Amino acid sequence: MSIGHTFLGLLESGPRHGYDLKRTFDARFGHDRPLAYGQVYSTLARLLKNGLVEVEGIEPGGGPERKRYAITDAGITDVERWLAQPEKPEPYLHSTLYTKVVLALLTGRSAAELLDTQRAEHLRLMRELTRRKSGGDLADQLVCDHALFHLEADLRWLELTAARLDQLAKEVTK
Amino acid sequence: MTEAGSADDGRRAGELLLVATALRKTYGHTPALDNADFSIRPGEVVAVMGPSGSGKSTLLHCLAGIVRPDAGQVRYRHRELSEMSDAERSALRRGEFGFVFQFGQLVPELTCVENVALPLRLNGVKRKEAERRATEWLDRLEVTDVSAKRPGEVSGGQGQRVAVARALVTGPRVVFADEPTGALDSLNGERVMELLTAAARDTQAAVVLVTHEARVAAYSDREVVVRDGRSRDLEHVA
Ligand SMILES: Nc1ncnc2c1ncn2[C@@H]1O[C@H](COP(=O)(O)OP(=O)(O)OP(=O)(O)O)[C@@H](O)[C@H]1O
Ligand SMILES: [Mg+2]
Repeated sequence: MSIGHTFLGLLESGPRHGYDLKRTFDARFGHDRPLAYGQVYSTLARLLKNGLVEVEGIEPGGGPERKRYAITDAGITDVERWLAQPEKPEPYLHSTLYTKVVLALLTGRSAAELLDTQRAEHLRLMRELTRRKSGGDLADQLVCDHALFHLEADLRWLELTAARLDQLAKEVTK
Repeated sequence: MTEAGSADDGRRAGELLLVATALRKTYGHTPALDNADFSIRPGEVVAVMGPSGSGKSTLLHCLAGIVRPDAGQVRYRHRELSEMSDAERSALRRGEFGFVFQFGQLVPELTCVENVALPLRLNGVKRKEAERRATEWLDRLEVTDVSAKRPGEVSGGQGQRVAVARALVTGPRVVFADEPTGALDSLNGERVMELLTAAARDTQAAVVLVTHEARVAAYSDREVVVRDGRSRDLEHVA
């Protein structure tokens, strides 16, 4: 999952300090793997270098934790692109997809559109595997079937999430 | 719904076989279709997906002229279904359309070969010729051995293959399939889909395939999602 993009998405609703970003990230997306501070500041340094965030204010004192970061226009464009781009279908996508859905809801973008785009991408791959399967030998068929069952599971998750978007929107924005 | 799209659409543009626009249908206070569009070309397999109760079967029934929409048009080739008489519409269903439903809906009193021959018999084909052609289709669907049995004496998977043979025997231009694999295990379901889509491609029949299973939809060329009675063509997403 892209920590940089997730930070940008979180910064879109307003400037934050590094520790605040870390806390929000851990609470929403960290599951049981909290971010290390080193990771937080190296990510912010990279975003800063690429012009995707800027330092909005420095409070008296010293150290990186005093800086308040704000997203730039280039940063907004970058989140926009990331959210609109479907993920390459592969196992264990759920955490990236979940993050994208929540960020779309938080930033007032269409989560339904994002889910449909991903669904189309999954189905494209499923069609390709299905074609390969009908032309292949038993070994090909078994390998393709394995991938197809996983993709199907993802698709069911996409459908279920689409059906629960209103509920999720209420929870993440409250 | 956009009719222009990816590069190979250009080649086929203008040959839309069945086109529905702005369909609405309400049952009592329940809106089943709310501004749904649909189109399909010869030889194309289109999957119709969406949550239960979203209007998929209603859409299929409107497209096939079984249910009359409250508003909107369904055009088959150059004719508007609503402008046809009941007799013309049922002739169209018998002659140009084929149907497969979740539970085969075979006639229990007839043998399997008689079931498959039935649509031909209704179109005036002589018994011997009808049964010869029916046997060819049973063969193709890999169920020759059940010819002489009645539907009650065959398995669900065999019955569903017989139903597919019956849908294809008249050489329809459009096959309407509503959850055709719904009652089958995945191996049988996929074999039925393989046989159905291969046969449809050979004869250039279009297939409208309602399914809630992604692995079944993966046999299609394109997917339309119906939600709350509205359709969305995923070919043109992103
Ligand atoms: N003959 C009917 N009389 C009354 N209501 C109907 C009739 N047919 C469908 N409906 C209603 O219209 C809506 C759409 O039904 P439809 O059968 O088209 O859904 P579906 O997408 O095919 O669902 P499923 O996946 O469960 O088959 C539902 O709310 C259903 O209850
Ligand atoms: Mg239905």
